[in-house]
Amino acid sequence: MTRLVLYRVGSALITLLLASIVVFLAVRALPGGPAEALSAESNDPAVLKAINHKYGFDQPLVPQYFRWLGQAVTGNFGTSPNSGLSVSSTLLNDLPVTLELAVLALLVAVVIGIPAGVLSARRPGGALDSVGSTGALAGLSIPHFWFGILLILGLSVELKWLPAAGFVPIVPDPLGNLEHMLMPAVVLGTGIAAVVMRQTRSSVITAMSSDYVRTARAKGLSEWDVIGHHALRNSLITVVTVIGLQLGALIGGVVTVEQVFGIPGVGKLTLDSVYDRDYPTLQGVVLLTALGYVVTNLIVDLVYSVLNPRIRVAGGAQ
Amino acid sequence: MNALAVADSGRALARRKARRRLTARPLSVIGLVGVVVVVLVALLANWISPHDPTLPNFGQVLAPPGAGGHLLGTDQLGRDVLSRLFYGSRTTLVAGVLATVLGTLVAVPIGLVAGYFRGWTDVVISRLVDVVLAFPFLIFAVGLAAILGPSLRNVVLALGVAQIPGVIRVVRGEVFAQRELEYVQAEVVNGTPTRTIMFRHILPNVLNPVVVQTSLAVPATIVGAAILSFLGLGVQPPTADWGTMLSDAENYLGQAPWLGVFPGVAIFLTTLCFNLFGDGLRDALDPTAR
Amino acid sequence: MSETPPLLSITDLHVRFPSPEGDVLAVGGLDLEIRPGEMLALVGESGCGKSLTALSILGLQPPTARVSGSIRLSGQELIGLPPKQLRDIRGKDVAMVFQEPMSSLNPAFTVGRQVDEVTRRHEQLSRRAARERSIELLDLVGVPEPARRAGEYPHQLSGGMRQRVMIAMAIACSPKLIIADEPTTALDATIQAQVLALFEKLRADFGSAVLVITHDLGVVAEIAERVVVMYAGYKVEQAPVHPLFAHPRHPYTAGLLGAVPMLGAIGETAVLTEIPGTVPVFADVPEHCPFVSRCARAQPDCHEAFPARHATGPDAEVACVHELEVVSS
Repeated sequence: MTRLVLYRVGSALITLLLASIVVFLAVRALPGGPAEALSAESNDPAVLKAINHKYGFDQPLVPQYFRWLGQAVTGNFGTSPNSGLSVSSTLLNDLPVTLELAVLALLVAVVIGIPAGVLSARRPGGALDSVGSTGALAGLSIPHFWFGILLILGLSVELKWLPAAGFVPIVPDPLGNLEHMLMPAVVLGTGIAAVVMRQTRSSVITAMSSDYVRTARAKGLSEWDVIGHHALRNSLITVVTVIGLQLGALIGGVVTVEQVFGIPGVGKLTLDSVYDRDYPTLQGVVLLTALGYVVTNLIVDLVYSVLNPRIRVAGGAQ
Repeated sequence: MNALAVADSGRALARRKARRRLTARPLSVIGLVGVVVVVLVALLANWISPHDPTLPNFGQVLAPPGAGGHLLGTDQLGRDVLSRLFYGSRTTLVAGVLATVLGTLVAVPIGLVAGYFRGWTDVVISRLVDVVLAFPFLIFAVGLAAILGPSLRNVVLALGVAQIPGVIRVVRGEVFAQRELEYVQAEVVNGTPTRTIMFRHILPNVLNPVVVQTSLAVPATIVGAAILSFLGLGVQPPTADWGTMLSDAENYLGQAPWLGVFPGVAIFLTTLCFNLFGDGLRDALDPTAR
Repeated sequence: MSETPPLLSITDLHVRFPSPEGDVLAVGGLDLEIRPGEMLALVGESGCGKSLTALSILGLQPPTARVSGSIRLSGQELIGLPPKQLRDIRGKDVAMVFQEPMSSLNPAFTVGRQVDEVTRRHEQLSRRAARERSIELLDLVGVPEPARRAGEYPHQLSGGMRQRVMIAMAIACSPKLIIADEPTTALDATIQAQVLALFEKLRADFGSAVLVITHDLGVVAEIAERVVVMYAGYKVEQAPVHPLFAHPRHPYTAGLLGAVPMLGAIGETAVLTEIPGTVPVFADVPEHCPFVSRCARAQPDCHEAFPARHATGPDAEVACVHELEVVSS
């Protein structure tokens, strides 16, 4: 088991390293060269030359890379020419907001998706199933930013129940925070809920026709025990895997949702940095995203190994 | 009858059965019809649009649906929404379908190679795939936009690249399985050149899962294209595009809510139809998967 | 004829699979009795309907199957029983041991937990009491180091041990009837003998009746008291075990035994031989003997009507018009 963990972690590190090389080269490919990009100052050749020398852009690529890597690893991503603040401090500021949004969205997805999937699986083709499956299909097909716009139209403009945009930190005002985060979380979570529901449904249906479910029934267990415990437990493995695969969509979704609802998280930061040509920030965000993505996938992998007893406890006999 | 011929005839029979299953389900037929409609609209936009989609008309700004010959109203520059919707289908289809197809075309040979040769080839390819995966397509699109500037071409590029890892995985997995089968071993023993084995024999068997993967990918790519243009990373004004129409609409939600509804409906219905058709396609090709 | 009322009484059981291409009658008009504490073997080739009969007793038949007739447990009718009452009976009054212990145990739960479930469900034992009981049961069925094993997962146990776990689950509430569906098919020969001995011991200790479903006559010879032979969904012969082996009446039984239907020393292990042909599938009760297509002794009148059953001795009957003669020496 430990060997597996080490292997996975090692793979992840290699991936991160390669990803960092990609980012490094990409920054060098920015129009105007890295100096102009990173300083956003005039095209005065003398100034540029000085910057080139200062940051070492005039040095050969490989030592440049390692210098850059060293800086990145220690958290030094440079300074934003627009805000004047260090990129890392801005990131640290915005990251918790995005994380809260992501967690809430996943919560919505799981709370809606898994029970819906189980209820549908109980009687495939029945009334509940038709409703659930149709709902899932709709949830999959709705572009979430449009869903967000519709919700704003309905709940904010028309009914005035929830604020349309903006953000309030959770610490002084948890209720206000929830008010602002509710719609974004629902919007983000719905798409994932649809995928989770479908996967849960299909896995539970498969599990229901298995031999061990027949045994469970033969023991006289209630339907609830049979579906909710025996079938679901075995389905969770696939469901977790699927949720893991959705994380990419989640990250993409975060950017749009933050944009639509004006949530000051990492997603909005990404977009703003593109519009403002704030390349140090963009570089920081991209690196952070790659890191986050690789790490989350690693965690999902490990959670999967834990959930699957066959991997967790290596088989002894036969 | 050698193993290869048996495999071939089995495939032909399976295809016939699949076609029958496909047409049996009403929902997937509806999906197919919808897809065809969208394609037709895109092709015939010139002829069916009542107004010019990009010409501003400042006398009829933000007209509600039904007013003055504008079935769905006009936007903030007086442009007819309906015509813009028709023209917008083009960018959507180009981005969604073209990107998926291109990505798949690139990915299939790579997957074949990785799955067939295994060993170091596979390890290297898998690592590269992981690296691509480390950048969610949105980030990648953002990066591309930063380096190359926003455009439709970049949207297609970003979405196409985003398809590649998924298809590679599917192809690679299928090739793994096929490699061990008898008909492949028979060809190897016969001394058939590797390239022939890979492309003439294994490839056709790999196509089913690829089609399934593609059918899942197209709706997602369509939405992805809409997202990118919504965020301003794709098509630029004044070109009509469903995503940009929605982002414009954000500013006028109070005054002209219909602007935020119709383009979204278009995206939603198109995606839904592709999803329905894709579901039907998947069921037809592999009924056990449900 | 026995004086004690039967524990389980199956009358005219039909199990039908409706389908657009035509119905399949998997079990046609089966009559069967099991007495308390009896060891009955239900024998036949695969596809003859014996497993389906067993599943129908507990209502575990596939959802597409249509069951009609009567199955009475101690006088209570099981067919059509409301699900809740059926669930009270399953695992408590009637328990089942399935054929494939690997796939029949939930891979995600420990073995102990799966045995606990039975007592917690039917006897409302607390978690700790249930676990103690489970360890006792595992010990009873011969699982070494039962306390340790209880915390292990199915994939960590060998096939024989998994089967024992299944048996432990079945006897947890001392059921009156244990149904064992091919209990030894998936096991090695050496383990088979141990598992069969276990059944015998359980019957002796608890007084449960055991219905053993099998196609292996070796198993029948080993533990059965009475045998019912099924073919293509019909009962073709029934007799106490010794007479059946000594002088089978039905040509099919004789074929199964692979012995000259005259004399056979009791105690020889019977070997299953191949009877040419395959088990036919019927849409409805046929107007001829179901075995006629494969019977070496078929006569013209075998094609004319479904053979009626008649008694051939105490507790024995056969459904054949031209049954084998008993030649006593």
